Amino acid sequence: MLRLEQIVKKYPTGDHALRGVDLEVPEHQVMALIGPSGAGKSTLIRCINRLVEPTSGRIWLKDLEMVSLNARELRRARRRIGMIFQEYALVERLTVMENVLSGRLGYVGFWQSWFRRFPQTDIDHAFMLLDRVGLAEFADKRADALSGGQRQRVGIARALIQQPDLLLVDEPTASLDPKTSRQIMRLITELARERNLAVIINIHDVPLAQMFAQRIVGLRQGTLVYDGTPEGLTADRLTDIYGEENWEGQFKAEEDPATEAQAQIADARRFDPVV
Amino acid sequence: MPVSLEQDRRVWQRYDRATVLKRWAWWIVSTVVVIGCWQIISGATRWEFVADAPQQLAQLVRRAFPPRWDYMSQLWKPLWDTVNIATLGTLLGLIIALPIAFLAARNTTPHPVIRIIALLIIVVSRSVNSLIWALILVALIGPGLLAGIIAIGLRSIGFIGKLFYEAIEETSIEPIEAITATGASRFQVLTYAYLPQVLPAFTGVTVFRWDINIRESTVLGLVGAGGLGIALNASINALQWDRAGMIFVVIFVMVLISEWLSARVRKAII
Repeated sequence: MLRLEQIVKKYPTGDHALRGVDLEVPEHQVMALIGPSGAGKSTLIRCINRLVEPTSGRIWLKDLEMVSLNARELRRARRRIGMIFQEYALVERLTVMENVLSGRLGYVGFWQSWFRRFPQTDIDHAFMLLDRVGLAEFADKRADALSGGQRQRVGIARALIQQPDLLLVDEPTASLDPKTSRQIMRLITELARERNLAVIINIHDVPLAQMFAQRIVGLRQGTLVYDGTPEGLTADRLTDIYGEENWEGQFKAEEDPATEAQAQIADARRFDPVV
Repeated sequence: MPVSLEQDRRVWQRYDRATVLKRWAWWIVSTVVVIGCWQIISGATRWEFVADAPQQLAQLVRRAFPPRWDYMSQLWKPLWDTVNIATLGTLLGLIIALPIAFLAARNTTPHPVIRIIALLIIVVSRSVNSLIWALILVALIGPGLLAGIIAIGLRSIGFIGKLFYEAIEETSIEPIEAITATGASRFQVLTYAYLPQVLPAFTGVTVFRWDINIRESTVLGLVGAGGLGIALNASINALQWDRAGMIFVVIFVMVLISEWLSARVRKAII
């Protein structure tokens, strides 16, 4: 589905953000990318849709090689890649509906988008997604009137209305409280499963990554240092990724599976719209 | 290095000794320069003229007061012209400044060379006062409203363009990345990610410039570019100070209204 080959990124400042990263993500996989601040996680996922130009290396999205595309082809390719951001990255002064529909910009012409005349099928899809993320009655509200969790849901809807094959998620929960973080992670992974998407999630919160991802990849100073299951992420492996630290207590959340499950069920009830 | 050791205690001062001395030296030099300049200015001034300034002022006010109220009937037309010069001039400046601002902003310019050209246009427009623009234009296209409108427009390009491009450079990158990541075209990114972010600043700046232009256009008539200035110039030349007084009253009221209006608009958009 997605294959990175020897991706190198050197910034003009001389920072060596990525030092030859090889990575393959199969279809329908939810992969978490963890690592210390400055390890190159953000740079890596931005190289995939070329918000950041990789210095060298190749990226295959199915059969399409991304790095060699010209501007026009790149725009077409970006339509297949949805992206969700840490600070939600909504356009604050536009309404929720406009923000969601902006996910379709790659498919409509300039004047069509200027006059906000999106096809009715897009609008249907937008309403469906807003229902799904629990924001149906907020369509006409301005984005800056929403809370953090609500904004991130709009961000999710905007990414999904693209009908992407791949979802890039950059620290989706870093600005959210623990409960909202879980809800957002659950929403992203559920929607990805429903729509058979491959997902790459950059995340700081290791327990959250272990809870929701099928596979964990650890990045340190621009190099992959771990690639395996969430269960395989022991204290030694964490030391490989983050450096020396006393990791006791990091795994406490898992020791109490009963309350964990209860919390999840309660969250799910609160959150799922009436089916 | 403001931290020093005094008997094993760390002492912190805002400046170290060398900086303190340097600062004192600067103060002394500046004081000497100011006093020197004062001497030169004082030497070049006829103090007896300055001394009777209060009497002169009193006489001027006495001549201009009371204003000739019935002169108002002849002022409606130049007043209307003045408002038109300001408004149409601002509009002209806005239309030209808008694309120039996007070319001049570091984050939206298509090429560094184009950016320099755009900045050059802004600097040229800003460095020439609208009165000078009007003087040139009256010589080029003859006296009248059109010269005034274009003069105001040319001066406004720089002002509006500069403040616009600064607003564009202050936009936050996240929504721009997000819209770019959807596969939107360059112009779609401009209208969806940049424009909503800068629109409040754009409106505020334009209204502010219109407010300034109302004042400036009253003066343009002095060089023949239409509006109240022509009437003012004629009255002063004919020593009809009561008419000039009337014109001052009109200008005062007009500026008051424009100020109130622009304050209202700015409040509404933020």
